[in-house]
Amino acid sequence: MYDFAYHKPATVADAVKLLAADGDAKALAGGQTLIPTLKQRLAKPSAVVDLSAIKDLAGIAVAGGKVTIGAMTRHGDVAASADVKKALPALAALADGIGDPQVRNRGTIGGSIANNDPAADYPAACLALGATIKTNSREIPADAFFLGMFETALKPGEIILSVSFPIPEKAAYAKFGQPASRYALVGVMVAKTASGARVAVTGAAAAVFRWSEAEAALSKSWNAASLDGVKVSPDGLNSDIHAAADYRAHLVGVMAKRAVTAAG
Amino acid sequence: MAKISLTVNGKKVSAEVEGRTLLVQVLREKLGMTGTHVGCDTSQCGACVVHVDGKSVKSCTMLAAQADGTSVTTIEGLANGNELHPMQAAFKEHHGLQCGFCTPGMVMSAIELAKRNSNPSEHDVREWLEGNICRCTGYHNIVKAVQAGAQAMAAAK
Repeated sequence: MYDFAYHKPATVADAVKLLAADGDAKALAGGQTLIPTLKQRLAKPSAVVDLSAIKDLAGIAVAGGKVTIGAMTRHGDVAASADVKKALPALAALADGIGDPQVRNRGTIGGSIANNDPAADYPAACLALGATIKTNSREIPADAFFLGMFETALKPGEIILSVSFPIPEKAAYAKFGQPASRYALVGVMVAKTASGARVAVTGAAAAVFRWSEAEAALSKSWNAASLDGVKVSPDGLNSDIHAAADYRAHLVGVMAKRAVTAAG
Repeated sequence: MAKISLTVNGKKVSAEVEGRTLLVQVLREKLGMTGTHVGCDTSQCGACVVHVDGKSVKSCTMLAAQADGTSVTTIEGLANGNELHPMQAAFKEHHGLQCGFCTPGMVMSAIELAKRNSNPSEHDVREWLEGNICRCTGYHNIVKAVQAGAQAMAAAK
């Protein structure tokens, strides 16, 4: 690892100031992606701004038809939360399937979505549930947040404070995990909401995306059979040593059906 | 360099660290506690698992500075004198190791599982050990050891 300065501000304002003062500084949440990246010398920040000492960035609240999760809330805390399990069990189950127990004890929702790994789980939940991402300066709808591979709408130095998930009528996440890393080879989150069905796919392409054909079919009739014959094109999907694009395209259909069945 | 202070196995310690210093480096190189191993260095193998404030974490994927003010338990902190911790005793009894390299991480990880679930099924154990890799045993005896260790921990309460 290259060396860097380490800061641990106590307030969001101080963290924003530190990041604004130094364009090469990086925010550190749970560190489960950033630290391995630093260790491999794939990034060379001048400073790391640890957000863990900022009060009120971690926590879970269920109110007004929404589940709101503080950016620094660990995956394990979301998975174990009785409130999340009751209000939005699909989200608790998704969190419980991220990485491994030690990663879940450190990794955070804010870190996961700010990183926007093409195979991360939380981006699918944000997109399928129509979440709102609250930062230090604004609120960003999930539909406008995930822009591309490792790319989000966050401006340099902008910090996520919380993520709000509207509680759907039904939802479920089905993941086909890459056997070694447990990242999603393909993961599909489906949600039945008052304004129709939403389907988000992770792992298959350069970034999470909504599958509009499946949404249209499920909005007509919420049933796994509605997806018979609805296919996603392999054009532009990821192809690597783990799976070819046409296999991923096939898996998208399979996992979407499994998710709808699981949602009931 | 900055000074951090933490509690390791019940003892207050402090160390001078760089921003980039990892928790596992402090444990092994500054405090001489080499029971915590570094296997893959890519956050996958789990040989470096310790407890930080009661939760199992990969100490190769946590900066030492992040551990400032925390309470850390390592494999060296489990036994009571010559008396092994029930999970260590179960690994010995069920031969849950061969070369032993992964064992400290396995034991530390297993103890958090046992605290959450005193009677884990084989499936529970295999799922929980997702982040701990063993290249010798094929896991079979590790799973048996973790189940027995969890029951022994519950019985010892």
